[in-house]
Amino acid sequence: MKEFKYLSPTSVEEAIDFHGQHSETARYIGGGTDVIVKLKDGWMEPDFLISLKKIQEMSELHKNNATGELSIGAMVTHATLEKSLMIQNEYPIIYDAVSNIGSLQVRNVGTIGGNLINAVPSADGAIPLIALDGMALLHGPDGERSAEVKDLFIAPYKTILKPGEILKKITIQPQAPHTGSAYIKFGRRAAMELPLIGIGVLLSLDDDLQTCTKARICLGVAGPIPIRAFDAEKLLAGKKINEEILIEAGKIAADESKVRDSVRGKAWHRKEMIRVQVKRMGLKCLEIIKDKN
Amino acid sequence: MITNISFLLNGDEISYDVKDHWTLLHLLREEMGLIGTKEGCGNGECGACTVIVDKLAVNSCLYLAVEADKKTIETIEGLASTEGSLHPLQQSFVDNGGIQCGFCSPGMIMSSKALLDENPDADREEIKHALAGNICRCTGYIQIFESVEAAKEMGGHDE
Repeated sequence: MKEFKYLSPTSVEEAIDFHGQHSETARYIGGGTDVIVKLKDGWMEPDFLISLKKIQEMSELHKNNATGELSIGAMVTHATLEKSLMIQNEYPIIYDAVSNIGSLQVRNVGTIGGNLINAVPSADGAIPLIALDGMALLHGPDGERSAEVKDLFIAPYKTILKPGEILKKITIQPQAPHTGSAYIKFGRRAAMELPLIGIGVLLSLDDDLQTCTKARICLGVAGPIPIRAFDAEKLLAGKKINEEILIEAGKIAADESKVRDSVRGKAWHRKEMIRVQVKRMGLKCLEIIKDKN
Repeated sequence: MITNISFLLNGDEISYDVKDHWTLLHLLREEMGLIGTKEGCGNGECGACTVIVDKLAVNSCLYLAVEADKKTIETIEGLASTEGSLHPLQQSFVDNGGIQCGFCSPGMIMSSKALLDENPDADREEIKHALAGNICRCTGYIQIFESVEAAKEMGGHDE
């Protein structure tokens, strides 16, 4: 690994300032589980590595009891989310996704923000945050701005972040009362695997516990960037949800996807799994809603 | 490019001048001669280099040494008592065939220790989940899970 100077600012402003001083030769580092691999392989050769670990506010996970807004600092680790009872109970789709990222050793160090801005097509962390209509707060040399998590991605390994800009946190507005959500990372092995396909479904039902008021169907590895199956979502909105309509939604989502052949799996297999798993995750959402009533 | 860090290593206070680009694995093995921690893949996929940092199992190959500043580090060398008697987890791996070639054992045992320290009653599923990042090419894992379960009975956790 090439030698570099390690800087550890204690505020976002200080980090951006460091980046400004060394812009061409500086890189930010979060947990490091992706960045250190890239440093070792020579894909990144910075003279300055700016760590975000000491920035307290970026490591905070909390829910505002007055507004119901969930705030996840970009430096919150996967393990912190996985172990949080609040996440397990209220945001099962986040738990489903983060509890199988890499290994425990990786989850203890790797962060949700890093998972997002690394922008691999298989990022498990992105799908639940898109399904929950998450907003990303960015801070850069020109100040703050926000964007929907679903709009963060441009292409594999490429996000809308400008040079020097930092993903500070993700916020999620309170969900409607009868909401269920679930994610499955579908792969060939149970452990240490990247998903062949990642499927996240979120359903909100009216007080009759049948009529869908909101549907989100989000797919990972179904295209170069995480996508939402808008046509399948449209089919469900306003309708009474049962197994038949979820089967139909699965078919539409599979058709909407832009899956392709890769070393890990074939396009037809991915399509089939979208078809089946959209239905299964939809049924799981219904079960979660039913259990809460 | 050189930073002075101080940390607690297996109970001993250490002060060390580290190069910023060193990994914790490099510091332990190449600089301090603690070769119990192994380097397998070097990419965070095999778990052979697992050590415990502030009670959490981490891959020391993906952890910068400078970030060990003010932290409490546990490695395999810190497990046996100074008189030489093995830690219950080590003894259990020996007794239950959890070791064959031995290369994955330090990492397996450190991951197991982090688990039992946090959750002394971990069941088989929880053991599997905690050890999913430690690869063994000899045992087929069953004996390893059995070793951890037996260590539980022997009080294989620190309070």
